[in-house]
Amino acid sequence: MSALAFTYTPVAAAATHVPHSYALVGLVLLPLVGAIIVFSLKTEQAKLAKQLSFLISLAVVVYTAIIAIDFNTDKHITTANQFQFAGSWVWIRDFGVHIAFGVDGIALVLVLMAVILVPCVMLASWNSLDSKSGAEEVAAPGAPQRSVKNFFGLMLLTEFFMIGVFTATDVFLFYVFFEAMLVPMYFVIGSFGGPRRQYAAMKFFLYSLVGGLLMLASVIGLYVTTGSRSFAITDLIGHVPQGATQKWLFLGFFLAFAIKAPLVPFHTWLPDAGAEAPAGGAALLVGVLDKVGTFGFLRYCLPLFPQASKYFAPTILILSVIGILYAAFLAIGQRDMKRLAAYTSVAHFGFIGLGIFAFTTQGGTGAVFYMVNHGFSTGALFIMLGLLLSRGKSRNIDDYGGVAKAAPIMAGLFLLTGLSALALPGMSTFVSEFLVLVGTFTRHKGLAVLATTGIILAAIYVLYLYQRVFQGPAREKTAGFRDVNAREIAAVAPLLALILFLGIFPKPVLDIINPAVKQTLHEVHQTDPAPKLGPNSVVAGGTK
Amino acid sequence: MTTTAHGIESAAWLLIALPLISGAVLLLAGKRANKWGHLLGALVPIVLFVYALMLFFAVKHEHNREVSRHLFNWIHVGRFSIDAGLLLDPLSLVFVLLITGVGSLIHIYAVGYMSHDPGRRRFFGYFNIFVAAMLLLVLADNYLSLYVGWEGVGVASYLLISFYYDRNSAATAGNKAFFANRVGDVGLSVAIMLMFAYLGNTSFQTVLHSHLSNGVASAIAFMLLLGACGKSGQFPLQTWLPDAMEGPTPVSALIHAATMVTAGVYLIARSAAIFDQSQSARTMITIIGAITLLYGCVSAFGQDDLKKVLAYSTVSQIGYMFLAVGLGPGVYAIGIIHLLGHGFFKAALFLSAGSVMHAMNDRIDMRRFGGLRTVMPITFAVFVCGYLALIGFPLATGFWTKDKIIEAAFDKGGTSGWILGIAALLGAGLTAAYMTRALVMTFFGEKRWEDDVHPHEAPKSMTLPMIVLGALSLVGGYLLIFGGGVQHWLTPSVGPSVEEGVHTVNPTVLSILTLVVIALGAYGAYAAYGRKAVPVEKPVAVSPITRAARKNIYADAFNEAVLMKPGQWLSRALVYFDNRGVDGAVTGLAAGMGGSSSRLRRMQTGFVRSYALSMLGGTIAVVAVLLAVRFQ
Amino acid sequence: MTPTYYLVLSAALFSIGAVGVLVRKNAIVVFMCIELMLNAVNLSLVTFSRINGSLDGQIMAFFVMTVAAAEVVIGLAIIMSIFRTRRSASVDDANLLKY
Repeated sequence: MSALAFTYTPVAAAATHVPHSYALVGLVLLPLVGAIIVFSLKTEQAKLAKQLSFLISLAVVVYTAIIAIDFNTDKHITTANQFQFAGSWVWIRDFGVHIAFGVDGIALVLVLMAVILVPCVMLASWNSLDSKSGAEEVAAPGAPQRSVKNFFGLMLLTEFFMIGVFTATDVFLFYVFFEAMLVPMYFVIGSFGGPRRQYAAMKFFLYSLVGGLLMLASVIGLYVTTGSRSFAITDLIGHVPQGATQKWLFLGFFLAFAIKAPLVPFHTWLPDAGAEAPAGGAALLVGVLDKVGTFGFLRYCLPLFPQASKYFAPTILILSVIGILYAAFLAIGQRDMKRLAAYTSVAHFGFIGLGIFAFTTQGGTGAVFYMVNHGFSTGALFIMLGLLLSRGKSRNIDDYGGVAKAAPIMAGLFLLTGLSALALPGMSTFVSEFLVLVGTFTRHKGLAVLATTGIILAAIYVLYLYQRVFQGPAREKTAGFRDVNAREIAAVAPLLALILFLGIFPKPVLDIINPAVKQTLHEVHQTDPAPKLGPNSVVAGGTK
Repeated sequence: MTTTAHGIESAAWLLIALPLISGAVLLLAGKRANKWGHLLGALVPIVLFVYALMLFFAVKHEHNREVSRHLFNWIHVGRFSIDAGLLLDPLSLVFVLLITGVGSLIHIYAVGYMSHDPGRRRFFGYFNIFVAAMLLLVLADNYLSLYVGWEGVGVASYLLISFYYDRNSAATAGNKAFFANRVGDVGLSVAIMLMFAYLGNTSFQTVLHSHLSNGVASAIAFMLLLGACGKSGQFPLQTWLPDAMEGPTPVSALIHAATMVTAGVYLIARSAAIFDQSQSARTMITIIGAITLLYGCVSAFGQDDLKKVLAYSTVSQIGYMFLAVGLGPGVYAIGIIHLLGHGFFKAALFLSAGSVMHAMNDRIDMRRFGGLRTVMPITFAVFVCGYLALIGFPLATGFWTKDKIIEAAFDKGGTSGWILGIAALLGAGLTAAYMTRALVMTFFGEKRWEDDVHPHEAPKSMTLPMIVLGALSLVGGYLLIFGGGVQHWLTPSVGPSVEEGVHTVNPTVLSILTLVVIALGAYGAYAAYGRKAVPVEKPVAVSPITRAARKNIYADAFNEAVLMKPGQWLSRALVYFDNRGVDGAVTGLAAGMGGSSSRLRRMQTGFVRSYALSMLGGTIAVVAVLLAVRFQ
Repeated sequence: MTPTYYLVLSAALFSIGAVGVLVRKNAIVVFMCIELMLNAVNLSLVTFSRINGSLDGQIMAFFVMTVAAAEVVIGLAIIMSIFRTRRSASVDDANLLKY
């Protein structure tokens, strides 16, 4: 990486120092190659497709782990060298478009989260397509058999786009991944989802497309107004003209990400998509794909448009707090458990938005850590819901009751997942939520206190759901539920283990995130507010 | 100044790790552990108690009796740096001894009590996790770690209240407890944020040794108080505690009487340095304490469920402790001493109530008891010990601890001192009355139980811990107060006790007055319930006060009408708004686009000449615009 | 000789053609009106060529004539085939291609 240690002079420097690390290219291509292989299998080779996909996803985990171990957390970071394992190749010479990959701490932990989630989701969805007992609903008579290999191929394809979108360091390339990512998810929802899958898939697609087009306009605007003749982020930072131009460009990016994340009031596609998508797809959709929105805030909105970010921050903070409380109330009022889970995520995205636009290191680091934890927690939640649905064949909460009697292990896993969703201290979700709140509090006391009341609502929607489904006297229908088997435990247990471990010892992840967030805040020209009373108020030796 | 841990003290983390591991083993091992699970579960607190005693003697010799044990750097982001560490000081050690000591006895009791329960292993798993969380709560050396223990005990309490999860009432009670606690947690969270925003740190070392401006100190103090009220079942967050009796009786004894619910008192005593800087917060604590202690007494009267009587009694006694710690410097230690004494006698009372329940086929309605003193002599004796200690019979625990609080309230001076003192005095009389009622209805009079019930004395594993606690109830108070031992021991943590200040009322006179009030209360209740037969069915024609007491002075009704119902309406209204309003706007836009395009396509008529006309029109328009621009 | 007259004539011819296209139903007549418009344009092209003293306009006129010739061939063929199937040469009868 030492080749990158040059002082920043735009364009010219970028042209002379072209890094060519193939590490990330390999990581991006691995799932793509896997997807192509799985797609090319015959439909009858369902079992082979599953095993192959699972192995490839495990290989991706190992690959990513190696990169994470190699990642240098102590490096001195500047705008130009903030990305490690950087590699850049010319794609469209006339417009300065590059195929460029690289990771900073923020991207690295998100990639890690995404690739860990994929094999878990695969394990959980193992039988959900080709067996009656695993399916999430009673199949309509005469409904066509759903193709197993296509589903698993789409999972790998989604993984390819997810890794690509997090590691791209060229705005144009990012845009391509951002839009292309819709396609596999569209098919996952549209061909493998519930009864209203067509509607949900179309809504998801159109919503995201509207945001994507606004972003495209801004990407072009960025190219024209900066005059950098390059789409590399490092070349663009600090070159966007101030004033109205910056605000308009910011809005284009922001709306795309706000729809993706989603922030209230752009959220209404998520409950539909989350509810209709198969549980595994929903886990990836809410757990990872939506993170691209909040990731985009940090990676693009803040560094590229510092002035506009500051200008719009109060509005976004207020929207975030409204989202936290509003979505929590909506979650309490839901009858459909998957919609409920989707609404809880809208509330959580409010927290992430709050942390990012509070412009403090605690808020920023907390928000990134929140993204990781939320991926694990919501991924586990959707997986658990999928397991529950495969027994009950109904998304209506009122159809359940007393499940804990028949399936105590499932109840225990579900409760742990639920507790992680309500950010119980001792779990990693608490660390991130508290960091977000404390980071916000140092700047905006009122908003932070309002957001804190969200923890009461979180307890209500989680435990009220748990009570209605798992507690109370067992019903005739629920008494026969099968408890979870080893495969199903293996799908959730690693996620819960990570949540617990990072709750007690979050240092490894925080150390990766911290420098990147600090750099981002540096690019927005923000520093943490100092303690109001300062160290002087501490009386040496104590008063007692 | 604290000393760094060395020798035996440096393994203090075992206090938390051991029960946590054992709890995890019990829960993860599954049915395999059914045979030996309860033994492991009961052994752990005993081992911890022995270790805690060793720690106690080790710390006793340290400078200032404060030992810190740094474990690891937990969270470090910018200026926000939290170290996971333990603080062994007089206050935390007193609690550790209480938790592990009373905890051991109750664990042993539970082995017998839960012997026929299929979920015994799960019970001990939760119980051990509770012990771990509670020890973390009292041993933490900063507010954020304390918060982890704080929520940990909340979850353990939730799990144990809803232990019989197939009963809807138990599940609801568990949720209610957790939600009420979460309201308090908001307070604690905000307090921690305030500490960070103003001091840049949350460790006791920094926070408790800082001069805060009055506003900040008050803000932190009020937020801490909110947290304390939630955890300790104080007004206005008290209603969850009586419902928590849905859990097995050992849970009520350990968590909802002796330890967890007193965490609020611990928090206030621990934060003494902050509360000392805010007169308004201290006044608020005394007001809350006085209201709650009277509220608990009155509500206890209306209950026919023996455990609920004891639960309201707990609410009321913690009110006394709040009153004590609210009175401020010099009285903290007395509050803590009452807390310890209360831990003994309330545990004794709950365990004997559990023994009664055990004998009566899990029936708990006192109107169906009566005459049990001959059938269950040991249980009766223990209950009487607890009874005497609670009402403050001369030389029993309450006599030493509660009287001190009443005295301190009067000594506060001024009108407020008189009001608080009289409230505390009145509470003592009411306590004697409702406890006499419970004693009489349960153990005296004619037997009123149904034919299928065959009461019998409990097995040894249950009676032994009961006897120990009963004995402690009688003599514990004297031991605690003797020579000012505990007060002196606690001095490094909460400051010296005021021994001989200015007395508003002469202590001897006040003591005699208190005894008279207690005797009056006890006699009144005896006259009302002991002289004539207790009706098996609840009398319907009763005074409005009785009716209010039965419905715990309408606190539940208030919560339901003011919080729950509007919350449900709001939730429903927002769901409607989201589906119709927000989503409606989006789908409406889509429908609008569709509708207008289906109108627009009608222009495609198929007649060539109309196309030609529109082309001509368009051409002319373009030319006209061009000309207009050119020759404007 | 002023070129204006030619331009006026061209405009008049073009207008006649345009009105013809709009008001007549018979496909053949409409077609001839279109030819009239094309030739009116040709006339103005040649006139402008003359005015500007360059050959661009005349070259354009040749292009137009070529295209017009090709168009006549295809157009008449279409009209013939429509007439054969529907026994009508009215443009209003051929209105199937619509919303």
